Amino acid sequence: MAKISGRIRRYPGFFPMTVLCLILLYSPLIVVAAYSFNDSLSITLWGGFSFRWYLDVFFGLEADKFRDAAWNSLSIAFMAATASTIIATAASIGMVRGGEFKAKPASFALISLPLMVPEIVTAVATLIFFSTIGFARGYATILVAHIVFCIPFAYLPIEARLKGIEGTFEEAAQDLYASRWQAFRYVLFPLMAPGVVAGYLLAFIISLDDFIITNFVKGAGIETLPTAIFGAVKQGIKPNILALSTLMLLISVGFVTISYFVSRMGVKPGGYRPSAAIRKKKGV
Amino acid sequence: MAGIGGRSGESSSSAFAPIRAWLILPTWLIIGFFLVVPVGTMLVYSFLTKEFRGGVIWEFSLAAYDRFIFDRGLFGDEPPKLELTYITIFARSTIQAAAATLLCLIIGFPTAFYIATRPVSTRAIWLFLVTVPYWVNLLVRTVSMKFLIRESGPLNSFLQWTGAISEPLQIINTDFAVQLGLFYSYLPFMVLPIYASVERYDFALSEAAADLYATRWTILRKVLLPTVKPGIIAGCILVFVPSLGAFLAPDLLGGAKNFMIGSLIEEQFKGNAGNWPFGAAAAMILLSMVLVVLMIYARRQSGRSRE
Amino acid sequence: MEGEIEMPAVELQGVVKKYGEFVALRTIDLEIKVNEFFTLLGPSGCGKTTLLRAIAGFEDITAGAILLGGERIGDLPPNKRPINTVFQHYALFPHMTVEDNVAFGMRMLGAPRSEVADRSRKMLELVKLGDFARRRPDQLSGGQQQRVALARAMAPRPRVLLLDEPLSALDLKLRHAMRVELKQLQKETGITFVFVTHDQEEALTMSDRIGVMDQGMLQQVGTPREIYEKPNNRFVADFIGETNLFDVRVSEVGERGCVCAFGERGSIGCEATGRPLVGAACHLSIRPEGLDMRSREDAESPLGGKVEQIVYLGTDTQYLVRTPVGELITVRRQNAVADGVEFSVGDEVSLLPRPGAARLLAD
Repeated sequence: MAKISGRIRRYPGFFPMTVLCLILLYSPLIVVAAYSFNDSLSITLWGGFSFRWYLDVFFGLEADKFRDAAWNSLSIAFMAATASTIIATAASIGMVRGGEFKAKPASFALISLPLMVPEIVTAVATLIFFSTIGFARGYATILVAHIVFCIPFAYLPIEARLKGIEGTFEEAAQDLYASRWQAFRYVLFPLMAPGVVAGYLLAFIISLDDFIITNFVKGAGIETLPTAIFGAVKQGIKPNILALSTLMLLISVGFVTISYFVSRMGVKPGGYRPSAAIRKKKGV
Repeated sequence: MAGIGGRSGESSSSAFAPIRAWLILPTWLIIGFFLVVPVGTMLVYSFLTKEFRGGVIWEFSLAAYDRFIFDRGLFGDEPPKLELTYITIFARSTIQAAAATLLCLIIGFPTAFYIATRPVSTRAIWLFLVTVPYWVNLLVRTVSMKFLIRESGPLNSFLQWTGAISEPLQIINTDFAVQLGLFYSYLPFMVLPIYASVERYDFALSEAAADLYATRWTILRKVLLPTVKPGIIAGCILVFVPSLGAFLAPDLLGGAKNFMIGSLIEEQFKGNAGNWPFGAAAAMILLSMVLVVLMIYARRQSGRSRE
Repeated sequence: MEGEIEMPAVELQGVVKKYGEFVALRTIDLEIKVNEFFTLLGPSGCGKTTLLRAIAGFEDITAGAILLGGERIGDLPPNKRPINTVFQHYALFPHMTVEDNVAFGMRMLGAPRSEVADRSRKMLELVKLGDFARRRPDQLSGGQQQRVALARAMAPRPRVLLLDEPLSALDLKLRHAMRVELKQLQKETGITFVFVTHDQEEALTMSDRIGVMDQGMLQQVGTPREIYEKPNNRFVADFIGETNLFDVRVSEVGERGCVCAFGERGSIGCEATGRPLVGAACHLSIRPEGLDMRSREDAESPLGGKVEQIVYLGTDTQYLVRTPVGELITVRRQNAVADGVEFSVGDEVSLLPRPGAARLLAD
């Protein structure tokens, strides 16, 4: 019986297709990572293994440009992810724990709007908007635009997590003399935390990833890593770009791995310990 | 307690109902002020007159939309001729997005199916493998693809080394390169919804069909595909919509002759040579196309749920 | 008892709860005494959980007053009411240890650290989980989780403990064991228990008093014996245990009882609640074990018919008797005290109500 049902589940050619899919997905990244260690001025010929292009990224002619771009990218991602996570956390509590209300479908549509509007349209609209109100383009405009499109990415994992938490936990806390705020602080929020962390990481990566909107609203004289790389690539791919790309690749993979484990983390021993926090608060 | 106990027993409480407006207000303000208002502004811009140094003159004009369809000569005083340039770009973009969607489906469906039929313990790892590249910076991915498939790139060297080809293949700057780039950009959007619906699929249905003398491929066609169709449609939309307005893949992999909507719009806002009202109009048309697709999808969905 | 002036633990005065048009509770008046094990019993949707949640403070009431030891608490939020709840699915905080769960309420009240630790340990010992303090709720069995929930709710010494169908998630055997334990805990701690259930057996075995609810109204309040033997109305008689109900007409009303007529078939004497009017159409309730079954030749009765089905139930045997007018009457005889008379399907029998077994009910 097991054999028969196994045969029904299996289709010839599906496994090779899966392998092909993974090859397509990984070969460009692996090839770029490999060539980033190429000790040669040419990107085509292999000249032996070396870290010279990594040194070039950090200390070479364009090092200052890359360092500024990296600082802009990371600081914007940090602030945009923080702001959008806070906004999305509040919104998800209002949406999931706020009962039924008339504006709920409209609110949900608004939250997911940045996902539905094509990026290039958002980019154009934001550029036109800032230009109309006479707001000088630069760091601040990038940050604002990033907060907007990061909100739905932060919202979705938080909402999913919150929907899975029974309302009786908060009721139990209030029944045990916790105020509304204490019930949130000691019960609901710790239970939501994995969703909030996942939302934060997602927003962070999405902000780091963005090219097109940033390119429109950044104005002259400020670059993020994607716009800097894009500018460089337009003049042809140079080996230091391969090294920089590999570094960014590693950061992304690191982030995804963390977020993978955080989202799988249920509520496990050694996680959150409320007793200490509560005692401190009470001053006993 | 059908009416009341259900209320108390259901998982979501309404503990925050009194302050829900305050909780959602920041979202309303931020997205409303920095996205809805800008899109409105953009709509207004598409009906303004262009200024030559980039920007607009606040004067009503249909010129942006007119230019889309008619050619009135360099100074706009010749009799209108039908202009195909921009319509062609939109048509090409649609075809390219559709082709990329098809490519994602052809490769993504077997992959999603294969993953969904793995033992539960290994599914998460397979999914992780398929989604990791998605989290790598889109620009880095596109540049990597460009590096791999360029004329003197590793792919051609490898193929020549194996003797499969004698001359380098021209992949870069072709339609196929763009499709490959779009595939690389959005594949997980195809795999995840299909995976979700195949995972929910009850293989007892396949067994029942087999019991009734259907072959494996007949089962796939007559039982499995119709059942998981919602997942496939969702996947196709999730790939098609962003592909339509994509910028990086066509720009970096397609070269000048494979111009798509994204590049057309971008060009209108670059430096002083641009035409803001025309760019705004093109963006409006793109937005309308996307909204039409999403609305048809939403209507189908609500029709389905009413059944 | 009467005349003694003791403040009731919980007093409900004309409590009404509406959800829009829907009336969940219609004018509930009830006094729950101190140290009492009081059960709210009723079918799904009868309003018992709503009433419990109103006492706990999770539902605002539309009208009326809730008093705790004579003080109005209707406007207080749940965290200001010295009442604790054992939730149906326990709602143990999954991110805290068993000990932290039990200590939570006391910590929120700001109790000194040493006292919190002391009392948590004592409570866990009371529910026989002293060795499980450091575990997480998901590492415990259903029965153990249930005890943690009890310990957690009792730890802050509530004036009243509310239990919302706490045994419904346990398997049958554990449920029976927990009944005994709950009752014991209640006696030991002297806390007033308000227990909600739809399981009549649970209610009858554990409670000092039961309030039977239906359609948002208290149908009857009384001891288990009163509820079972002297049901007030048709709903209570039907809901608690099994009963045979007959449409009858009151023909005589006397001092201690009355006589009612089964149409043309004759009449029997019965007890009644209140004073029914002569000539009124009423329901007569007779429990299956309240009917004595005799052979037709041996006895005459307005009730009787042909044995249609015999079901062996272990200690009892159940007979279904079809009357000439088509009613189906259930009769139960204990096997241990069988008087040697055996009946088989098709026998013509007479059914005689035992003394006090026939009760006339208001609708």
